[in-house]
Amino acid sequence: MIFLKLIVTNLRRHGIRSLISVAGIAFSVAAMLTVVTILQGAIGMFSSILSSDSEMIVFERDVSDLFFSNVPAEAAGQISSWPAVERANPVLFGIVSSAGHPIITCFGVTPADARIQKAVWLQGDRRSFAQDAEDVVLGTRAAEFLSASLGSRVQIGHATFHVVGVLKTANGFEDGGVFMPLASAQSFFHKEGTSSVITVKLRNKDDAAAFKKMVSARYPNLIALEDAEFTRSYSQFRILKATAWAVGGCGLLLGGLGVANTMIMSVFARIREIAILRVNGFSHLQIGGVIFGESAVVSASGAIAGLLIGSCFLYVLKAIPALGGYVDPTIHPLLMLVVLLLALLTGIAGALYPAVYAMRIRAVEALRFE
Amino acid sequence: MRPALEDQDNPRIVLRAENLWKSYDEGTVAVLKGVDCEVFEGQTVALCGPSGCGKSTLLHLFGGLDMPDRGRVSVNAVAVNRHRNLLRLLRHEVGFVFQLHNLIPDLTLAENCLIPTVAAGIDRRIAKARLLELAERTGLSHRLNHRIQKLSGGERQRTAICRALMNRPKILLADEPTGSLDEQARNVVFNLLLDLVATEGATLLMATHDRNLAGRCDRLVEMHDGKIHEHAHAG
Repeated sequence: MIFLKLIVTNLRRHGIRSLISVAGIAFSVAAMLTVVTILQGAIGMFSSILSSDSEMIVFERDVSDLFFSNVPAEAAGQISSWPAVERANPVLFGIVSSAGHPIITCFGVTPADARIQKAVWLQGDRRSFAQDAEDVVLGTRAAEFLSASLGSRVQIGHATFHVVGVLKTANGFEDGGVFMPLASAQSFFHKEGTSSVITVKLRNKDDAAAFKKMVSARYPNLIALEDAEFTRSYSQFRILKATAWAVGGCGLLLGGLGVANTMIMSVFARIREIAILRVNGFSHLQIGGVIFGESAVVSASGAIAGLLIGSCFLYVLKAIPALGGYVDPTIHPLLMLVVLLLALLTGIAGALYPAVYAMRIRAVEALRFE
Repeated sequence: MRPALEDQDNPRIVLRAENLWKSYDEGTVAVLKGVDCEVFEGQTVALCGPSGCGKSTLLHLFGGLDMPDRGRVSVNAVAVNRHRNLLRLLRHEVGFVFQLHNLIPDLTLAENCLIPTVAAGIDRRIAKARLLELAERTGLSHRLNHRIQKLSGGERQRTAICRALMNRPKILLADEPTGSLDEQARNVVFNLLLDLVATEGATLLMATHDRNLAGRCDRLVEMHDGKIHEHAHAG
């Protein structure tokens, strides 16, 4: 109890300084949580686009970005005829811009694609998709920001298209995208005869390994991966994740420096007190414990405040119409745990030097300290 | 130097300094210049001398707070050096009382007194009982939950004495324990100190400028220029 009071007393004594340190950790945690959650959400959404009613993805071997992947159109036809395969759908990804909207994701798909078949059609009829080369279907958000509805004509990139439907999916990327007939997309993006990927649904999931071998054998330039495997290994995702953690880590580092500063000030302010504890039998470890305890209280308070701030921030982002569907405010418990642990570790690291300094204080000299 | 009480029932030597040398500022300020001293169990010894003569330094060396440049210090016949368990010395064998009370201002009287028991890992109930006992004897029972800022100078110094005795050390090292008090409080605190030392069966080595108080101790040791020049019977 007294040990705890020794820890808390000094924080209360310098309340404003302590609050600033807590705020530093809190905003670092909130920043890390927000950045990582948004990026994980984005990765999750992109993964779910790829794995829409499928469990395998086939794409060009050794490409770092699926937008640059070229899969021959005939491969989709051949793969879909394999006995183990229930369905194989070619998908072409493309990005275009339109007035006021620098990035619009385009999906070139066949009418049989799960994205067309399983989405909720708010306007139009799914049977009308791909009847004409100029036809497009818009996701709900794309329809909003393009101010388009059924029957409208919209300018997308260098061409004008006729809107034959508006659909709602659970995926923010798809909701903000434009669905074109595959042939139109190939022509639009000058990728005739190719797709970016083939999404494959197997009759039996246990055949995944055999399927991968078959793809490698038949198409040396292509590779087949299971969806989860793809999400883990896709370099773009890895770069995004690394960036998210790096940005968050920098935030925490700054927070840690704040804690270190506070703890150094704290130790300097209580040199005499530390000497009193030494004279009364406190060991180096017990003195260190007081300093680390103080930093742990700062870090833990900051981490909890940061979780709350981060969660609120994510909900605010989700409520912004322009970001609708892109932000998933659900914080994964493991992420929460990792962020809390990192915050605590940051606090401990920040208190290392002050604690060592405190442990080395010589009582006899410190008692003369005014 | 021979002890005053040496021939009385062969008392045990609890503090011994042999040819102690100590200097500061890289040897430029010599404080102790070959001090030899022995203190016997149960004695009250006053260490007198002008400021800077090395009284406090000698107390610090006996308490293991500092190490001599040369010579040997022993407490209860065990040498005080870097190899000794200094924590045990501070936790169980010696208690310190300083001129400035050196209490932690944000803690209550009780919490300040309990610090040595926390350090030594003494059972909370035992510590509490000891605190109540000492508070009763020092007249501080009604002040236990008061913060240090609320206490008078005399009460603070009585609190410091309580804290020093919490773990029942058999040696009390007091550095001008009444130096910051007015005459009335000084007498109260010193009487209490002598009374507690007697009832606890402890040994007191006290640095002081006050000749009157020194005269009430069993022995008076004079220090001058880093040496013990004379010692005399007191009281």
